[in-house]
Amino acid sequence: MADLSVLTGGRAGDGINSAGLLVSHLFNRMGYSTYMYFDYPSLIKGGHNFTITRAADTPIGACRERVDVVLALNQDTIDLHRDLMHDRTVVIFNSGKAAGDGQGVPVQDILKEEQAPAVMGNSCMIGALAGATGIPFTVVEEVFRKQIPRGLGKNLAVARKGFASVKQVHRVEPRGQEPFPLLSGNEAIGLGLLHGGLDAYVAYPMTPTSNLLHFLAGVAEDYPLTVVHPENEISVILMAHGLAYAGKRTAVGTSGGGFCLMTESFSMAGTNEVPVVVVMGQRTGPSTGLPTYTGQSDLHFMLHAGQGEFPRLVVAPGDITQACTWSARALSLAWSCQVPAIILVDKTLCEGITPLLEGAFPHLPEGECPAAPPGGPYRRYAITDSGISPMLHPPVPGSAVKVNSYIHDEAGITTERGDVTVLLTGKRLRKGETLRRETGVMDPVVSFGRDGAATTLLCWGSTLPVCREVAGRLGIRGVQPVVLSPFPYEQLKAALSGTERVIAVEENALGQLRMLCARHDIAVDAAVLKFDGRPFAVEELERRLAEVA
Amino acid sequence: MSPQTLITDARNTWCPGCGNFTIQFALRNAIQKLVDEGVPLENIVLVTGIGCHAKMADYLNINSFYSIHGRTIPVATGIKLANPDLTVLCCAGDGDAYAEGLDHLIFAAKRNSDITVIIHNNRVYGLTTGQYTPTSPLGFRGRSTPGGTVEAPFNPLSLMLTSGAGFIARGTTRRMKELGPLISQGLMHRGFAFIDVLQICASYFNVSELYDRQGYTLSGHDPADFEAACRKAEEWDYNTDSPIAFGLFYREEKPVFEEQFAHRRVSVAGREEQIAKILDAKR
Repeated sequence: MADLSVLTGGRAGDGINSAGLLVSHLFNRMGYSTYMYFDYPSLIKGGHNFTITRAADTPIGACRERVDVVLALNQDTIDLHRDLMHDRTVVIFNSGKAAGDGQGVPVQDILKEEQAPAVMGNSCMIGALAGATGIPFTVVEEVFRKQIPRGLGKNLAVARKGFASVKQVHRVEPRGQEPFPLLSGNEAIGLGLLHGGLDAYVAYPMTPTSNLLHFLAGVAEDYPLTVVHPENEISVILMAHGLAYAGKRTAVGTSGGGFCLMTESFSMAGTNEVPVVVVMGQRTGPSTGLPTYTGQSDLHFMLHAGQGEFPRLVVAPGDITQACTWSARALSLAWSCQVPAIILVDKTLCEGITPLLEGAFPHLPEGECPAAPPGGPYRRYAITDSGISPMLHPPVPGSAVKVNSYIHDEAGITTERGDVTVLLTGKRLRKGETLRRETGVMDPVVSFGRDGAATTLLCWGSTLPVCREVAGRLGIRGVQPVVLSPFPYEQLKAALSGTERVIAVEENALGQLRMLCARHDIAVDAAVLKFDGRPFAVEELERRLAEVA
Repeated sequence: MSPQTLITDARNTWCPGCGNFTIQFALRNAIQKLVDEGVPLENIVLVTGIGCHAKMADYLNINSFYSIHGRTIPVATGIKLANPDLTVLCCAGDGDAYAEGLDHLIFAAKRNSDITVIIHNNRVYGLTTGQYTPTSPLGFRGRSTPGGTVEAPFNPLSLMLTSGAGFIARGTTRRMKELGPLISQGLMHRGFAFIDVLQICASYFNVSELYDRQGYTLSGHDPADFEAACRKAEEWDYNTDSPIAFGLFYREEKPVFEEQFAHRRVSVAGREEQIAKILDAKR
């Protein structure tokens, strides 16, 4: 085996996400790289949910178009996914709830024999999956012991009967690779922020970043992190302003609609220089759009949100390892350069589950905020060459710390003078250049695939893994700007030099990265665009690339 | 370092006769009183919105966060969450707190955030030159309602009572001697303190005569009695010509929002240990 995909499906509310995660853990324990995609409609109970866990012996981060095993907890899972099955797809189904070709597992009978509650039906099916794919039962035991320690005995008992109820149809060989931590993008962002020194997280629930709120709220149960869920997103970002003004490293999380409410205060961060970090999870828009599906249509919104001109950091990590790294860096850079920062992700990255690879936690420089000159009164906005002023937080004995959303003088007092306005604007622009220098040495543009190839895929954000895989299969190159503001013009130009044909791959309808490149005179020859709310599958991208070849 | 005076040298641009001078004077005295009682001046933070009132941030030489219109309260809650040792107060206008940012006012009362909110309630938009606000009387003729408003004002005191505020008071710029002590009481209150200050706008809504004629100081009122507070709050509806009480309407001690959060600091090692623990559980 080198590449196996398992679809796990059932009704919303049946714990499909958890079941899919356990499937991923089985393969993780067998030493494989895994990727889990979770597809669910915007309702609580009764709709159809499914996960696809793909396992391979090379790092992956996207689905194939077809699945090899279907784990059907209900009839819909068999009926709705015919298009994902191939000739040899094996269907393992709960014979009490579904009928069809394949292997039926008498889940209800087994639960009755073991006097186990209905909720343990999923454990039974996972046992059956292990039996059918040749995963030793000891691996099921290890995974259950670690991941679902409550009710372990009964869960294992029903799993063992499920395991014995099917015949083996695949042979998954152990690879002797230590298991990696399996994380969602949201969790990787949360850990990156913690590594970056996060003191507080404030958010109003919104897909696809709600699980970041849940994750950090869980962390805060036994760790001194302040997590607040206030009345709306306007309050969210303003609380972040207050927390950061008083010295707490703070991030907020939302999606496009919530960020619309935040833009006024985002602009305030541009002028009052309070470091505010926003985790922005895109989903299909405009407006409410497809709440639980993906998209990359907010890039230009992020680059331009907020009235007035001010520097901002926008980073778009492409996988969970980058998400961890760049979340830590974004928090650190927001504070060292005193600019608002956006970590731009999407549903695919936020809710996809993959192994966190080594080296995800970057070395971060200690805060190098310039010291306040001794003697004189403290001036929050003292003019400096770098544009970055000494940032102190109250209480400062003998000094008032004044921040201001108006144009202000160095002390933070409102002014309407034209010359001071020009001076302040210059200071802001110099901060942008400082930010450009700082991000410039952090590999803001990533290259992958075959060096010197004539064709290069240009991608951003969560299309990185699928582009990486397809570039590998086709023997072409790929380039991903991780930093999108300040735009890493020099690095991108260098990364694309020598290539003959650049093809943008984006999950939006207008080709927003391509437009951004055009503004910087970087030629993109063609674009492969997708905007149905679903991420590219590997074969699908190959086919679409052939159309523009 | 030279001792800080409480007034900056920023040029004052309030209109002659503006009620804000009175509030500034009362607030400065209340701050001085806090300092005299041992609160370090650097531990006091003022958050203002946008409007004539908000210039207080420029004029008082204390820590200040000059925010945007309607958005004082969540900033203040954030500051208090970050450092409970700070004394945090908001100066907000009636347009700020009752129109643009009403949600925040209600939620600060609901969660009992330990901040003091002073509303400069002149019942008119001054800086945008004379439009009606949520507390302008019915029929108010302003530049956006030349034929008179067709909506009655709401009663902020009643609203705060139903929202769970633990300190509700009303003052006026016409009674400066009473205003300072009222603000002091608000600042000393553990939990959310709300003070509606009926302020005259010398340019667009000067109702000094009304406040002088109908105003009286509460006496014999028990601020622990919720129902009595409700009745007192309803005595004047911000619209009709009935007696207007000034003083403390209601007071109740409740658990404070910011005290429910952990405030110890973590070492870098402690942080990395926590991350390693989480990662191990995910293997």
